[in-house]
Amino acid sequence: MSKQVEEVKTTVFPFGPQHPVLPEPIQLRFVVEEEEIVDVVPQIGYVHRGIEKAIELNDYRRNIYLCERICGICNFMHGMAYCESIEKLTDTMVPLRAKYLRTVWSELARLQSHLLWLGLFSEGVGFESLFMQIWRIREIVLELNEATAGHRIHLSTNVIGGVNMDMDEGLVNRYHADMDMLRREMDTLAPVFYKDKAFREKQVGKGVLPKKDAVHLGAVGPTIRGSGIPQDMRNNYYEAYGFLDFEPVTYDGEDVYSRTLVRFDEVYQSIDLIEAALRGMPEGPIVDKNDGFPDGVAVVRVEQPRGECFYYAVGNGTIHLERMRIRTPTLPNIPPLLHMLKGYEISDIPAIVHSIDPCISCTERITVVDKGGKRDA
Amino acid sequence: MPEMLGNILRNLFSKPATVKYPFERPEQVPGTRGELSFDMAKCDQCQDCERLCPSGAIEVDVEGKRVEWDPYRCMYCHLCVRSCMHQAITPLDHVQAPGYKPEKRVFET
Repeated sequence: MSKQVEEVKTTVFPFGPQHPVLPEPIQLRFVVEEEEIVDVVPQIGYVHRGIEKAIELNDYRRNIYLCERICGICNFMHGMAYCESIEKLTDTMVPLRAKYLRTVWSELARLQSHLLWLGLFSEGVGFESLFMQIWRIREIVLELNEATAGHRIHLSTNVIGGVNMDMDEGLVNRYHADMDMLRREMDTLAPVFYKDKAFREKQVGKGVLPKKDAVHLGAVGPTIRGSGIPQDMRNNYYEAYGFLDFEPVTYDGEDVYSRTLVRFDEVYQSIDLIEAALRGMPEGPIVDKNDGFPDGVAVVRVEQPRGECFYYAVGNGTIHLERMRIRTPTLPNIPPLLHMLKGYEISDIPAIVHSIDPCISCTERITVVDKGGKRDA
Repeated sequence: MPEMLGNILRNLFSKPATVKYPFERPEQVPGTRGELSFDMAKCDQCQDCERLCPSGAIEVDVEGKRVEWDPYRCMYCHLCVRSCMHQAITPLDHVQAPGYKPEKRVFET
């Protein structure tokens, strides 16, 4: 009797750039053997916008608004990082009150981003009503944004040398009241995240990224904090973070569930930071005038909701910048994503891909033009 | 299960969280960054707004003493409002509705 050898058929199937689960223009080509993923090939470059070049061609004072358009969700932090880099290049001192205001608003941006992600992730793993509940809560933050600056998403309150809007006592009281309300609303949802069996089953033990690999592959933000490493750029004490007492949230599970809990707990942490910053905010001016043109080299690293954002600016003493390099946090999170997908099943893909909080449109900085067709970009 | 029952009953009798948009408008928040209105009696055609506008939505005709503002290019940052030395630009509290044809608002003395 001859022994029959079973041949395992390898299939390649594309995920994206248009997919109901992932509203981001990235294509991941999965090489699967039956249900198991054996390899993943990413392809980015669908929405290259040439923003770095546009920044170099623009008047440096107009670029704040352009930088805010790099990412809709972290728009405040992009504007802030750009202003910080120009402030370094022009030796402008930012008043302390402006630093506190920037801290409050960047934490507000983190709140709305994490709530958006928690909602989208819940929908990705099949909890549609949880998605709606979280987005209902998110409205509290968006309405605060509108009361602060007049727009729901784009605050546009950064200027070089400070901020252009101040907070009166009425608004500060509203912030305190709304943060209390947000905390109460989050408390009602906490049992689902911490205890619900079906919700945990989709995530525990999936997409494991061991501590060693997270460091080796250069993960940032909640992705690396979910692997137990307390890496957080806010520990570099930019803006007013040096005056506020906080510890990065970490979980040791190294899986999708840990990354979810990191983000869930960071919502509480942001609420605490906003309240502490509002209590400690000193009186004083909110903007310092800057004269002169940017000259020299500056590096700025800020912590965005998705991780570390890196700004590198070179000025040459004219109205235009010589070079601007921006690295948004999704780019360093793509290699860890490819690593954590291998060995899991097709049904785990949405949860694992969502777990790095991909924001591809702000990531695109390079595009490969291959006329000869020799390279598969 | 008892928790769920309470929730179901609450949802049956509570108001919806959403606004029924075409029939009902959301509450206007004071301080919303909206359309611009140029007061040509105050404007001295210094062109500060035109120079600073990040999206190039304002054109100042110095000789004709008129200002053209494109509501579809404008991104409502209100940098011009803050930079105007004569406070000639007044912000309104509503935003131009989407349209099919590009159009410009002309303000003349």
